[in-house]
Formats: sequence, structure tokens, C-alpha cells
Amino acid sequence: MGIVEGFSFDLTVVWAFVIAFAVLVYVILDGFDLGLGMLFVVEAKKHDRDVMMNSVAPVWDGNETWLILGGGGLFAAFPLAYALILPALYVPAIAMLLALIFRGVAFEFRWRTKRWEWVWDLAFIGGSAVAALSQGIILGAILQGITVDEGARAYAGGWWDWLTPFSLTVGVAVMVGYMLLGATWLVMKTEGDLQERMRARAWPLGLATLAFIGTVSLWTPFLQDGYFVRWFTGVGWAMAGGVAAAVGVVALLMFRSLTIHNHEYRPFVLSLVLFGLCFVGLGICMFPYIVPTQVTLWEAAAPRNAQIFMLVGAGILMPIILAYTAYAYWVFRGKINPDDGYH
Amino acid sequence: MFDALDAVMLARIQFAFTVSFHFLFPAFTIGLASYLAVCNGLYLWTKEHKYLELFRYWVKIFALAFAMGVVSGIVMSYQFGTNWSVFSDKAGPVLGAPMAYEVLSAFFLEAGFLGIMLFGRERVGPTLHMVACGAVAVGTFISAFWILSVNSWMHTPAGFEIDPDTGQFIATSFWEVIFNPSFPYRLTHTLTAAYLTTAFIVGGVGAYHLLRRRARGERPSEATKTMFSMAMWMAVIVAPLQVVLGHEHGLNTLEHQPAKIYAMEGHYESHPEGAPLYLFGIPNDETQTLDYAVGIPGLASLVLKKSLTAPTDGLDTIPDDEQPPVFLVFWSFRVMVGLGFLMVAVGLWSAWARLRGDLFHDHWLHRAALVMAPSGLIAVLAGWVTTEVGRQPYTVYGLLRTADSVAPLEAPAVAASLIAFVVIYFAVFGAGTFYILRLMSRPPVFDEKPLKDSIDGPIRTAGITPAPEEATRRGGPNAVPGE
Ligand code: HDD
Ligand code: HEM
Ligand code: HEM
Repeated sequence: MGIVEGFSFDLTVVWAFVIAFAVLVYVILDGFDLGLGMLFVVEAKKHDRDVMMNSVAPVWDGNETWLILGGGGLFAAFPLAYALILPALYVPAIAMLLALIFRGVAFEFRWRTKRWEWVWDLAFIGGSAVAALSQGIILGAILQGITVDEGARAYAGGWWDWLTPFSLTVGVAVMVGYMLLGATWLVMKTEGDLQERMRARAWPLGLATLAFIGTVSLWTPFLQDGYFVRWFTGVGWAMAGGVAAAVGVVALLMFRSLTIHNHEYRPFVLSLVLFGLCFVGLGICMFPYIVPTQVTLWEAAAPRNAQIFMLVGAGILMPIILAYTAYAYWVFRGKINPDDGYH
Repeated sequence: MFDALDAVMLARIQFAFTVSFHFLFPAFTIGLASYLAVCNGLYLWTKEHKYLELFRYWVKIFALAFAMGVVSGIVMSYQFGTNWSVFSDKAGPVLGAPMAYEVLSAFFLEAGFLGIMLFGRERVGPTLHMVACGAVAVGTFISAFWILSVNSWMHTPAGFEIDPDTGQFIATSFWEVIFNPSFPYRLTHTLTAAYLTTAFIVGGVGAYHLLRRRARGERPSEATKTMFSMAMWMAVIVAPLQVVLGHEHGLNTLEHQPAKIYAMEGHYESHPEGAPLYLFGIPNDETQTLDYAVGIPGLASLVLKKSLTAPTDGLDTIPDDEQPPVFLVFWSFRVMVGLGFLMVAVGLWSAWARLRGDLFHDHWLHRAALVMAPSGLIAVLAGWVTTEVGRQPYTVYGLLRTADSVAPLEAPAVAASLIAFVVIYFAVFGAGTFYILRLMSRPPVFDEKPLKDSIDGPIRTAGITPAPEEATRRGGPNAVPGE
């Protein structure tokens, strides 16, 4: 197995890549925002919190837009999958949306009140935590599979089907992973005490992230026969081994980098690569299904004319978006020091 | 009534609730983004300090409103899937593309440049900062373009065929899908509505500070006067335009969705000899009559058909199971139109006061403008209720019924989420509205530092030094610096 029968590299696959790309960019960009939000819990000093929040304030909206592209792209390119997955994951999806409301408004509201500042700090922490947990649960629930009535083209399960030990584990795993991203982001963006504390925190977070990656990777093949076959027969072994080895190497590099004082960017970049590798693993696992193991990409795909029409737009606009997003990050590069504002 | 609270009804209430809340923010930020770009441009061009003051004053309010627009908007984009999954599956091949274009061409543009607009003036210099302000303003336009195209298609579907196997709508021409028959009318009418909404809020705030200064026997600042004057110019020019656009929109609707017009007019019956324009009445769907009706004979025929005696049809020509509920449509339409004419009146009044040189002294005008501050928001919601309820019982007009669009969810799931939305929206957006009102209650401050020095002190959202402002707020009401 491993190689899919009748596979052809067509527009449907292109769209699968575009959406996977949007989701990956979302996960790593909003991942460090949400992780940073959760780290508010352990950084109680107002000054540190100001610095942390200001390190993402100019970019969080752009980061979150990738989530809209992921969802909107799914609606556009794979409407059937969108229509099956969201009702199945109604509870975590709504929880995520509500959590993102709290997290998002905290950026603005926090500065508008003195007496209630703690409320919006709490909203920031809680919103970030619940959003991360829900995203993990959504991922876990998709992996473990949802009940589909193919004739009716509709979700056919109950509204708590998503709740399993596996989905909860993935939920916590995502929380921990995001915190790792948040910590290494802050190593890059801050200085002094705060930076040192983040460097120290990245260690346990990194180890926990690795442990979760291991647990989830070993658990997944036993969820559905298809996954088992994919990973543990033929070329599957090689792919599994390759991804695992790469994860190990990158993790080692990251830990080493954390011990080197003048490595400020590298831990962050390496933790991003770690996320990227997990993502590749996931992709191998799910392909060619979009609702494992019920609906393939092709069964859910929008008609060809819609794919082409959108691809024109995406082809022109995505490079432009990436360019000005990079520009915005570049404008706000460097350390955050609230005592003298942005340099 | 209450046994009708099934999953479909709950999903409708939830959609109506969340989208109404969402739209309150765009209705304000679309206009405000343009206003900020104009103020910033005028400042760069004329170098007059008052425009910078106005920019700084409104940008803080903008940042709050925009954040609330963003988070409530994300809810909308996922709600199609969570609550209207059958609709999503069927209409996705047609509507997905324009919605994806909205994300790619509008949301990223707004979000990407928002940070620079709010925080980046000192970092990128005045020219690029101006570009960022323009990009955000244009982004809100593009966003409105796509989402209103999508919404219009649901009212007047065009350029598609139906796949016999899957039941999906398939586009035959995306051009016809996007530029469907009601789209030009809806786009212009809604954008104008957003401009009016902003104009009346800005004018109301200006009027409030004019009145306050006057009560204290002080002279209003230049910035306050300018904001009031700019808003009143908008009222004079745009409010009458809106009446014309609304009228044209209605004629278009008569052509494509006659049942909606009959409901708006309260015409249960056909009127072969010319129809009256009802000013008041209580629609009764049971008896299919308009009780206690007060109307002007022949006027509806004149408005719709240009002749007092032109025959018009009524809901009696529409099968019962294709009729919208009349009460909401009839009354929300009257609220919108009534407010529209009041806006025209305020505009004319201000023009007259201006001619007399009385614009900043006519305190009855200022009171009227203050009362009218939220009128745009109310009119906008009333307009959407007219449009959307008048489309019932369809989501895709004539083709896909609302009852057939809904996701296969259990009623308790939808009820629980609906309660969560209601509680959280009122709490969170209530707090946000309170912060906005508090910012509005403070006058624009003249003695904020000039540009170059303002980068000292803790950075604050909107790129403004919080230090003086923060100090005044925390120092209690008496510490408000003079203008
Ligand atoms: C006429 C204009 C208009 C209308 C009818 C709607 N919106 Fe909206 N929306 C905007 C105009 C707008 C905007 C002006 O572009 C906003 C407001 C604040 C903002 O950030 O952008 C926005 C924000 C916004 C966002 C967040 C974008 C971001 O992160 O920047 C999403 C996902 C949506 N909207 C989605 C929707 C959906 C699914 C709607 C329909 C049900 C909808 N909007 C109706
Ligand atoms: C932004 C302003 C809008 C407001 C205030 C608004 C208002 C409403 C209201 C009151 C309803 C309930 C109607 C009823 O069930 O009787 C509704 C339903 C609906 N609207 Fe809108 N609407 C808006 C924009 C949109 C847009 C832009 C779209 C599409 C892109 C849309 C799509 C729908 C759908 C799918 C439903 C649910 C099905 C239905 O009940 O018709 N609406 N909306
Ligand atoms: C006397 C003046 C007005 C007339 C004759 C008028 C007419 C109409 C009509 C006929 C519709 C329904 C179109 C349809 O669904 O087919 C509508 C919708 C709407 N109106 Fe008005 N209107 C007027 C004033 C206003 C004002 C002052 C505002 C807000 C400031 C406003 C905001 C809206 C909005 C947001 C909608 C829903 C979107 C749309 O369908 O365009 N209108 N109007």
C-alpha cells in the first residue's frame, strides 16, 4: 500500500495542498499567539504581560485570518467535507469560536480599563487555552473518524461522539505544543529576565511536546485499520521511520540551541520545524481521505470550474499576501521593550 | 409558537442573532475606516493639527470596533458549516469561491495592514502609514463586495445549474453568479448605509461635545467643530442618495421577489385599481388581513409602478407555503424608511443652519444629531430583517428551503450554543460598547504631543502614547485636560 490506486496529480490534490498549507500556517502563527496567551498564567507581573501581549498585538489578526482561509477554503474546495466535519464537531467548533472571541477582544479591552484589567487577562488566558484545546480535539476527532450517512451526504452521529480519550489527549498535546511555540517566540522577542525564564520553560515544554508526539503517533495507527496498514507495511515503515528520525534530530537541535546563550531565533525556528514535521506525518496518515476513512478528497471536491476559478485567485493573491505579511513582521521586528516603545 | 422551537427554528434564531451582532460592527467600521483615511490624508496634505487629533481620537474607537467585528465575523464563517451544513454542501460549489476570494482579497488586506495603521506610524513613515490606512479602508470595501455578492445570490440566484446526482448547485458562469440581479442594488445600498451609520455616529459625538462645551460656557475646539461639520456634509449628500438607492432596490425586488414587496407593503390582497401605501397597520397572517390599516390611496402604485391607478398583485397570488411572515417585514421596513427620511431631515436642517452660519450654535440641531447617533445602526438592522425575513421560507430563493438547509443537529445542541452565544455576546460586546462610549464621552484632546515625541512611554494600542491619556483616566474625572 502506501501508494494510492488511481492517484493522479490533479487540481483536487493542488487544493488539498493549498488548504493544508493554510492550516499549517495558521497552526504555527496562531500557535505561538495562543501559546503565549496560556503562558500569561505563569507570568503574573503586569510589565511582563504588557511586553508579551505587545509582541503579537500588531500581527494577531493576520495570524487568525489563516484560520478563516482554512475554513473558507474547505467550504469552497471541499464543500461536502465542510458539511460533514463541522456538524460532527459542533461542540468543540463552537467552543473554539467563543474562545477566540475572548482572546481577540482581550487585545483591545485590556488597555481600556484599569479596574477590570485582570478580567481581560483572564479572558486572554482562558480564551487561548480553550481555543488550543478545542483545536486539538478537532484534530483528534477527525483522525479517529466520524459517522457518515453517505446516501444522505450528512453527518449521522450524535453531538458528543467526538469526546474520547484519544481526542482529549490530542487536545492537551496541542496546548502543550503551542506553549512551546509561545515560549520560543518570546525567547526571540524579549530580553533580560523574561527571556531567561522563557528559555528555562521551553525545556519542560519541549520534553512534554515530544512525549505527546510519541504517544499520539503510536496511538493513531490503532484507531483505524487504514492507518495501521499505511504506517506498518511496505514503504510505510520507511516513511514512519523517516519522520520519527527527523523529529528526533530537530528536537535535539532545539534543546542544544536553548542552551546556547546567543541563539535567540533558532529555538523558535526549530520548534516551527517540529510542528511542520508533525504536519507532514498527519498528511501521510490521512491522504487520500479528507474525512478518514470515509470520504476521499475527490468525493468531496468542488467541481472543476470552481477549482480553476479559485486557483487563479489563490495563485495571484497568496504570494502577495505572503509578501505583505512578511513585510508586516519585518516592520515590527526586533525586541519588545515597553519602556521605550517600539524602536 | 413555542412548539415551533425545533432545531431549524433555533438555528435560524442563532444565525439571525450572531449575524445581526456582527453586522453592527462592519456597518460602523466600513465608514470609519474611510473617515480615518480621509482625516489622515487631510492632515498630511494641509498639516492642520485638528485632522491629526481627529485621527487619533477615532482610531482608538476604530480599533475596538474592528476587533469586535473580526471575532464576531469568524463565528459567521464557520456557522455555515456548523448549522447550515446541507446548505453548505449544496451551495458550496457556487458560493465557496466568492467567499474564498473575500478571505484572500479583503480579510488578509485588512488584517495585514491594520497593525501598521495602528502601531506603525513612526516605524514606516507617513507615506507608508497612509498607504496602510488606505489599504484597510479598501479592504472593508472589498469584503463588502464579496459577501454581499454571496448574499445577493441567495436572493436572486443566477448562473448555475443543479447537479442531478448530488443536488448541488454548480456554477455555469461565475460572472453571472457574482453579478447576480440584486447585487448592484444591495451593494450600493449597504455601502451607503455604512457611510450613513458612521456619519451619524461621528456627528452625534461631535454634537455631544458641542453641547457639553456650551453648557460649560466654553468654546468648542476646532477638532470637535470639524467632526460635526464633516458628518453633516455626509448627511446632506448621502441621506437623499440613500432614499433613491433604496427605491431602486425595491423596484428590483418587485421584479425578482414580489412576495417580499407584498409583505413590506402589507398587501395581502391584489389591488386592480391602484394600491394604497399603508403607513400603519397590524398584519395578521391568519386572516390574511392588515388590521387597523391607515393608508394613502394609490400611493403604493405610484411608487412601484409610476401611476396612481396601476394594478398591483398581493400575497393572494402567492401559495400559502411560499409566503414570508408579514409582521416583521412590514414593520422593519417602516423603521428603516422612517429613519431614512429623518436622516434626510437632519441633513437639510444642517444645510440650512450652515447657510445661516449657525451650524455650531444651533443647539436644537445638535440635540437632534445626538439623538440620531444610533439611527444608522438601527436602520441597518431593520433593513437586514426586511431583506432576510422577506426571503423566507427559502435560503436560496425559490430553490432551497430554509427547513431543508439546516445541519442534522439535535435541538439541545443548538439550544445550548444559542444560549452561550447570547450570554457571551451581551457580556463581551456589551463591555466593548461601554469602552467605546467612554472614549466617545471624552473630547478630542488638543495637547497630545506632536508626532515625533509620542513614541515615548509604554506602547499602546493604536500607536498612541497612553501616558497622558492613561493618567487622565486614572486620575479621575477632573483630570480631563482642556482642549
Ligand atoms: C457589508 C459588509 C459585511 C457583511 C454583510 C458581512 N461582513 Fe463580515 N466583515 C466585514 C463586512 C461584512 C468587514 C468590514 O470587512 C469586517 C468587519 C470588521 C473587520 O475586521 O472586517 C468583517 C469581518 C469578518 C470576518 C473576520 C475577518 C478578519 O479576520 O479580518 C469574517 C470571518 C467575516 N466577517 C465573515 C462574514 C460572514 C460569514 C458574513 C455573512 C454571514 C459576514 N461576514 C457579513
Ligand atoms: C450582515 C447582515 C445580515 C443580517 C442582519 C441578516 C439577518 C438575518 C436574519 C434576521 C435571518 C433570519 C431570517 C428568518 O429566519 O426569518 C437571517 C437568516 C439567514 N441569512 Fe442573513 N443577514 C445578514 C447577512 C447575511 C449574509 C451576508 C448572508 C450570506 C452570506 C446571510 C445568509 C443567511 C442565512 C444562510 C440565513 C439562515 C437561513 C434563513 O433563515 O434564511 N445573511 N439573516
Ligand atoms: C427611505 C429610504 C429607504 C428605502 C426606500 C429603502 C429600501 C430598501 C429595500 C426595498 C430593501 C430590501 C431589499 C431587498 O431585500 O430586496 C432595503 C434593505 C436594506 N436597507 Fe434600506 N431603504 C431606505 C433607507 C435605508 C437606510 C437609511 C439604511 C441604513 C442606514 C438602510 C439600510 C438597509 C440595509 C442594510 C438593507 C439590507 C441589505 C439590502 O438588501 O440592501 N436603508 N432597503
